[in-house]
Amino acid sequence: MDRGVILFFSTHFALRAEKLTKEKGYSTKLIPVPRHLSSDCGVCLRIPWEEKEKIIDLLEESGVRMEGAHFLSGEK
Amino acid sequence: MVEKDLIYLDNAATSHPKPQEVIQAMVRFLRDVGANPGRSGHRLSIESGRIILETREKVAELFGVKDSSRVIFGLNATEAINQGLQGLLNPGDHVITSSMEHNSVMRPLRALERKGVELTLILCSPAGFLDPSDVGQAIRKNTKMVILNHGSNVTGTLQPLEEVGDICRNNNLLYLVDAAQTAGAIPIDVGLQKIDLLAFTGHKALFGPQGTGGLIIGERVDEKKIVPLKRGGTGSRSESEEHPDFLPDLGESGTLNGVGLAGLLAGLKFILETGVEKIRDHELRLTERLLRGLLKIPGVVVHGPQDAGKQCATVSFNIKGLVPSEISLRLDEEFGILCRVGLHCAPSAHKTIGTFPEGTVRFGLSYFNTEEEVDRALQAVGHLAGEEA
Repeated sequence: MDRGVILFFSTHFALRAEKLTKEKGYSTKLIPVPRHLSSDCGVCLRIPWEEKEKIIDLLEESGVRMEGAHFLSGEK
Repeated sequence: MVEKDLIYLDNAATSHPKPQEVIQAMVRFLRDVGANPGRSGHRLSIESGRIILETREKVAELFGVKDSSRVIFGLNATEAINQGLQGLLNPGDHVITSSMEHNSVMRPLRALERKGVELTLILCSPAGFLDPSDVGQAIRKNTKMVILNHGSNVTGTLQPLEEVGDICRNNNLLYLVDAAQTAGAIPIDVGLQKIDLLAFTGHKALFGPQGTGGLIIGERVDEKKIVPLKRGGTGSRSESEEHPDFLPDLGESGTLNGVGLAGLLAGLKFILETGVEKIRDHELRLTERLLRGLLKIPGVVVHGPQDAGKQCATVSFNIKGLVPSEISLRLDEEFGILCRVGLHCAPSAHKTIGTFPEGTVRFGLSYFNTEEEVDRALQAVGHLAGEEA
């Protein structure tokens, strides 16, 4: 399964994103932000890449402020 | 629990006892979670962050806030008020407040006045009430904000929040409300009452521990225009040496009081499950009983509205012929009744009600006080007043 991550402005929004996606049954997980994407010491949300559009729509509707979504190459 | 036979009537300063769940939540946090919220990516840090998120969401639920990112946590209402005032008022701005404010409002305002902020202080009635029409008349071209306490920490007097909110909205002013005495005990809805900034503390009627509190920053406040009280680590934008300009991070530098907020969360859940209306009903009945009893004792002078429906569960009084400090000492030593006396950090309020500089005796009730405790307190006051008669 291909995976990607969504980055957020604040940990607050990352935590909200985790809660909202889990409530909808998506298989998501908060992980440390990969170094090659950002030097933030916070967390980002790992998502199944094929669900990206639906997850972003859900988060946008819920007022979650996102910085962007990135494909994670080489993830199993 | 309070030591057996002690009657704790100092809830207007800090509520005690707390619901058992609050203690359990804090023990659980320290024992099983412990980690730094919002910094690392490991499971305990994330769990710690989830507790903070849930606390933010419960605060939002209790006060009718739509976006929980607009709740920032800090030490107490004082810090929140300082953030609201120092973060938004600039030299040349005009601010309106009442004569019933606590020093948590007065002192930052006096300091801002020296920096060129103009201040109008509206004199309240001897019972502590602000007349909303006085606010309308005080508005100038450069008026930016009205700051008003919801319930007085001296007399319990409840201010006409919504009427003043309407005036602020109609004149495009920011409206900061100090809810230190009422948050958790009296219903507050930032939408209905048109509050732009709500300062609350965790350690009074929200049943959290000391060192918790916060500020709600409404949608009418442009977050880009808030000057943070402190700057530092936020877990976000770590590559930058500039402080973030977005909520909630801009208002929360350094590690939050995780264990305290875990306790506050349990307090908030207790309140939401019990219902603020039910808490208010109980406190109203106790306040009525206390007021009725005090007014019957010869030699006792009761300050404030003398009407439980127009005040929070705080009552100030004096006994003729006795100084407040003596009353407090004797209530503690002879009767096991714990209260607060003096000026309660609100000299302007005492000048308004005519008790400056001697101050008053203050009984602050809580949801956990009983009618029997009120009756025993009344007997003790009757005893002390009887000796002077």
